[in-house]
Amino acid sequence: MTDFEHASVVLCPAGPMLLRGKHEIQDADGKIHRTVRPVSAVCMCGGSAIKPWCDGTHRLLAARARDNDETPG
Amino acid sequence: MLPKSRGTLSAAVFTALQSGATGRLESAPESEEDAQIALWALYELHYRGFDEVDPDLEWDPDLLRVRRTLERSFEAELRARWEQSPLHEDSELGLTGLVDSHDGPSLARFVQRRADREQVLELLQHRSLYHLKETDPTSWVVPRLEARPKAALMEILFDEYGGGDPNRLHHHLFRRGLEAAGLRSDHACYVDEAPVEILAMNNAQSLFGLHRQLRAAALGHFAVFESTSSVPSRQLAQGLRRLEFPEELAAYYDEHVEADAVHEQVAVRDVCGAFLDEEPSERDHLLFGAFTCLDLEARYARAMLTRWGAS
Repeated sequence: MTDFEHASVVLCPAGPMLLRGKHEIQDADGKIHRTVRPVSAVCMCGGSAIKPWCDGTHRLLAARARDNDETPG
Repeated sequence: MLPKSRGTLSAAVFTALQSGATGRLESAPESEEDAQIALWALYELHYRGFDEVDPDLEWDPDLLRVRRTLERSFEAELRARWEQSPLHEDSELGLTGLVDSHDGPSLARFVQRRADREQVLELLQHRSLYHLKETDPTSWVVPRLEARPKAALMEILFDEYGGGDPNRLHHHLFRRGLEAAGLRSDHACYVDEAPVEILAMNNAQSLFGLHRQLRAAALGHFAVFESTSSVPSRQLAQGLRRLEFPEELAAYYDEHVEADAVHEQVAVRDVCGAFLDEEPSERDHLLFGAFTCLDLEARYARAMLTRWGAS
């Protein structure tokens, strides 16, 4: 039996970056945020209201983009 | 305490639960309410039980026979709703596509912008039936999984259960929120206030969780539940603050904004994705569970918005 692939940093397609384990993240203002969960999700779309963490906003942005694409003209 | 009966079958089941005389139970319910409250109480024997019911009745063959009859007809009804949905026709549809394509009214948006205090108190009482045993129905599934989906599910469950710290455990956070808002917080204390749509949501989770053959439906349900939580939780937290509910309650929803943004990714990719890699023939069961989560939530939301004159 071979070992499974199990990355500690995962880039989710059109979604956040998952971090497994303990990390300290320095945000754009220089402030340090410590992870508190087994896995944490870091905002990659820039739209989160709780940065550096993901709050699911990328889904709303994607839905809005889809709606705009479907608008005629 | 046993709930109040809602028809002849539930009355007979609750009498039998108290007396221990289970031999002569019929299993034909008078109505959906009657069936759902009876099924809910029979499932509850596997969670916390009732003070006035002998714990040995959890595995009483006569009660299990009644439970199984109720479950079969409930599952058939849920499957019919899935098979009749236009989404069932789309053979390419995955979990995320299902969530994006399903159109249902949003109670969270209503709470965010328009609900009054009384409406929110009613909603909290209804939601407490699940939130006070949050994640428990999914925990039944763990021993039935292979290594990859099992490890991924445990990664989420560990976080749901507070990562080893009881103060961070989600159903404890909800309990603290209820108490801060002046509500009762004992396990299942608002079951008599729960409408049939809430009982059905609760029972679907127990049905999927307790049957190994429905493990894929349990995982699909769980993944959708997590995938439809972050944004609504933010809206609920905003609504609670707008109405000046205590911070403990808003904090419960704040926690879900952040936690469920993680859980969604892990549940869809690492739990359900890995599960289907190993058991590809389970795809339709998984989507059935996923659809049921969306469908029953939409049914409850429609009922409440209609009742509040807000639809």
